[in-house]
Amino acid sequence: MADTRTPTGTAPRPSGGAAGRRTGRPLAPVGRRAEAARATAGSGRMAALLVSPTLLVLAIVVLYPTIMALTESLYGPKGLDPRTGFIRSTEPFVGLKNYADIFGEAGGRFWNAFWNTTFFTGVTVALETVIGMAMALIMHRALKGRALVRAAILVPWAVPTAISGLLWRWIFNSNGIANGLLGRQILWTTEGFHAKVAVIVAEVWKTAPFIGLLVLAGLQVIGKEVYEAARLDGAGPLRQFWHITLPLVKPALLVAVLFRCMDALRMFDLPYLLIGAQKNSVETLSMLAQDEASNVRFGPASAYAVLLFLYVFLIALAFVRLLGTDLVGDGGAGGRRGGRRGIVLSRRAEVTA
Amino acid sequence: MTGAAKWRHWLLYAGVAAVAAYCLAPFYWMLVSSLRPASDLFDTSLVPSRVSFANYRAVLGPSQGFPRALLNSLTVAGVTTVLALLLATFTAYAMARLEFRFKRLILTLIIATSMFPVVSIVVPLLKLFTGIGWINTYQAMIVPSMSFALPLAVWNLTAFFRQMPEELEHAAMVDGCTRGQAFRKVVIPLAAPGIFTTAIITFIAAWNEFLIALSMTNKPAMQTAPVAISKFTGATTYEAPFGSQMAAGVLVTVPLVVMVLLFQRRIVAGLTAGAAK
Amino acid sequence: MKIRVIRAFPCSAALVAAGLVLTACGASGDSGSGQSGPASFEGRGPITYVTGKDTTGTLQPVLDRWNKLHPKEKVTLIQLPTDADAQRQQMIQNAETKSDAYTVLSLDVVWTSEFAAHQWIDKLPERQFPLHKMLKPVVETAKYRGGLYAVPASSDGGMLYYRADLLKKAGVAGPPKTWAELKEDCAKVRKLPEGKGMSCYAGQFQKYEGLTVNFAEAVNSAGGEVTDADGRPDVDTPAARKGLDFLAGSFKDGTIPKEAITYQEEDSRQAFQSGKLLFLRNWPYVYSLAQKSKVAGKFAVAPLPGLNGPGASSLGGHNLALSSFARNKATALDFMKFFTSEQTAKSFLQGASLAPPYARLYDDPALVKQYPYLPVLKQSVLRAVPRPRVVQYGDATSAIQREAYAALNGGKSSAQALTDLQKDLKKVMGQ
Repeated sequence: MADTRTPTGTAPRPSGGAAGRRTGRPLAPVGRRAEAARATAGSGRMAALLVSPTLLVLAIVVLYPTIMALTESLYGPKGLDPRTGFIRSTEPFVGLKNYADIFGEAGGRFWNAFWNTTFFTGVTVALETVIGMAMALIMHRALKGRALVRAAILVPWAVPTAISGLLWRWIFNSNGIANGLLGRQILWTTEGFHAKVAVIVAEVWKTAPFIGLLVLAGLQVIGKEVYEAARLDGAGPLRQFWHITLPLVKPALLVAVLFRCMDALRMFDLPYLLIGAQKNSVETLSMLAQDEASNVRFGPASAYAVLLFLYVFLIALAFVRLLGTDLVGDGGAGGRRGGRRGIVLSRRAEVTA
Repeated sequence: MTGAAKWRHWLLYAGVAAVAAYCLAPFYWMLVSSLRPASDLFDTSLVPSRVSFANYRAVLGPSQGFPRALLNSLTVAGVTTVLALLLATFTAYAMARLEFRFKRLILTLIIATSMFPVVSIVVPLLKLFTGIGWINTYQAMIVPSMSFALPLAVWNLTAFFRQMPEELEHAAMVDGCTRGQAFRKVVIPLAAPGIFTTAIITFIAAWNEFLIALSMTNKPAMQTAPVAISKFTGATTYEAPFGSQMAAGVLVTVPLVVMVLLFQRRIVAGLTAGAAK
Repeated sequence: MKIRVIRAFPCSAALVAAGLVLTACGASGDSGSGQSGPASFEGRGPITYVTGKDTTGTLQPVLDRWNKLHPKEKVTLIQLPTDADAQRQQMIQNAETKSDAYTVLSLDVVWTSEFAAHQWIDKLPERQFPLHKMLKPVVETAKYRGGLYAVPASSDGGMLYYRADLLKKAGVAGPPKTWAELKEDCAKVRKLPEGKGMSCYAGQFQKYEGLTVNFAEAVNSAGGEVTDADGRPDVDTPAARKGLDFLAGSFKDGTIPKEAITYQEEDSRQAFQSGKLLFLRNWPYVYSLAQKSKVAGKFAVAPLPGLNGPGASSLGGHNLALSSFARNKATALDFMKFFTSEQTAKSFLQGASLAPPYARLYDDPALVKQYPYLPVLKQSVLRAVPRPRVVQYGDATSAIQREAYAALNGGKSSAQALTDLQKDLKKVMGQ
């Protein structure tokens, strides 16, 4: 890593100010800003150096296939030549027809899948966040046996999805343990709301630990002195949670939630394995795209994949805006910045009051 | 201990027990199912009436090549994790500490790449790798796995680095450390729990990757554990090899968890030790 | 044909990706290997055999036998996942990338039309295979538009498993030949103390390929058809409605237990083995497994019943096909002859209980002793009707599953479901 301490220019924005405060420490000395400016000197060049390997690898792996998908989505399926009985060797160019079709006849299935996807994402991520957060808080407090609980919490996440799909299918079998425990026979894998419930239970079980682990790690990097200060100030556990813990783990939590959202939006294996293909109650966009492709209609399949991609992208963009200040630290619009500072200040007040 | 404190103490233990039960109950069912002999497969008693290791023998039998598959998984997931963490550490550092233009854009781009469903990139990659003779190689599995491992690692590490107080680095730099040294000796040790968690999560994500590993290999010696499991069969066409699939699930999961337990102390200790210097 | 009880892996999704290549290879105007004329089978050397399973370790010895005889033209086994959809997807992926990694493919019988129409597999010289010795319906599954595109390697047919002990006790002379008899027999058995709480009949009615199989069997057994002799959909007929009515009505009157709507092969086998079912429609594989269960010695098999007499089964099994993009096709052709020979079929029957395509083996006294169900299976296969042979088989089967499921669920009347199905199938087949 290059030594960039030599002052060669001025930083566009002070970066350190906000970050320094967020641990609740007293403000840095007056000279801090200048120092920060010096420290970020020449950072553009260095950043380019540091960031480019990642971008390069991702470009190789992802860019080419993505462009192929975009192109493909403009073509229709190959037709059957009734004379020879063979499929024609070229695909007809159809422009945006595959996209326009979602508003037409085939649209019903698309929108059903769209709402299923949205519903699953909303419900599972909300449940996972609450459960994962609770897990993290419990584990953080538990001193004895923390390593063991931590290992236990890894188990659901470590079981390969394909296997856990089979496992839950077994559990939700008409004569399975779920019905055994409930004392009545629910046919989970048939169409209906119960199929959604089965998917949600299985998905939350598998992925709540993901959030739990990341939040726990976030909790572990919070300095103890923050809590000590709060305790001295007589802040109760609930207030400590709302005003110290939550704001401090917010970046880790939001990143975890973001990745969960993106994964949930692309949910495929679990409903496919647990409930089965082509069930309206649980069909997601990924399943729809897969189904089109497995019938060798690659154009519509790619169009669905691209639409899903856009949907996920919008959500990610929203997160980046939401997280931006916490994660990127480049301030952005003044209003947002002020808002955040407000939080920090109130938190500071909490700690020092 | 006061009454309230004692009460809180017990509440905490109840919470720990609840978390463990929540996570382990379905796994227990998997374990129990894997220990049932084939004829008891549909049994729903909580404790198997008869215990049989036939499923494990089937999984570990020479024809399945399962130990080799575990080793392949370990290699692929291990190298993916190390590479992803290495690249991501630099990038995340830049994201968390440096000022430069297009930062948000780059961060968005990085996450965007992990958004395109893996299913949509596998065949173009297959063509590409067939062309350069990468079929049946580790790199054919490792490189595509980077598409989801790298964004995951970059974002998580950025979040954790941002959480670190910057003053410590500045203090170190005032003491004569270069920026790189300050980062290595101050930030990394402090962020150790975060880095370790990121490593675990990346490792497991790569460990469970199926589609790419399936498409890029056609030799049994190169297949990873999830691919090997997908090829389990019952004795006849329609018979579900459910017992051996569950046994394989146990065999894939347990070593992973044990490994994490073992590494946890060493790695975290190792990373933190750097801070003392 | 292979219907997995559990879809082992979700990898069919890769097809999304499979499409992405098409711009690269499809738009180039290259018409594949250009098979309009007779294909030539040239080149000798190592080849691969691609299949989804090695059931009982019987496969490798067969390959070893070939390799010993042909040290310079060795065949390597490439095993695909157990899940049939995953196998198809891997094979299509291989074809889309025009890779020569796969030489000889083991295709599910319902895939032949699709693979042939896409020219992913070569047309084969019909005279070089002993097709006349094979069961005719089985050979039909290997043809597309009159040409031979695959060679039958194994077959499969549905049979009626029944509790011989209970029927005897209830004073029923033999297994039911018609659906009405089946229901009568049930009523009699249910009056016995042993028959209390037993369910009558089940097949596979989960929304998956097995439902297509069971639906087609019901329609064919009532004298209807899914597609007519020219391959056109013809399912909106009174006969077909009687077939579907049997299934839907049986769900309604409790002849078929409610939970059977979730059954795949294994669930229904389990219900039968635990003594909950009097009659079960399933494949031959159940026979030896049930012999090791609670109902061992208490059951027997019969041909499927129908509306007015014996019914017609759907056909299962696998055919061997030659990838268009493969090398060493002369070796591959020889290997296919070897692999589909009567001798090999016999060893698969003995080692893996795979139903052979060869008529004679069903009558072999030694084999019948080992597999008492063979005569019944032969009748079943001989009377069997292949599932619709459609290029877009995936679309056809999902239309069938959608409408049949709605009818069984009570969501639609049989008549409405069949009218809708006829319309859907016409659309799928472009008519």
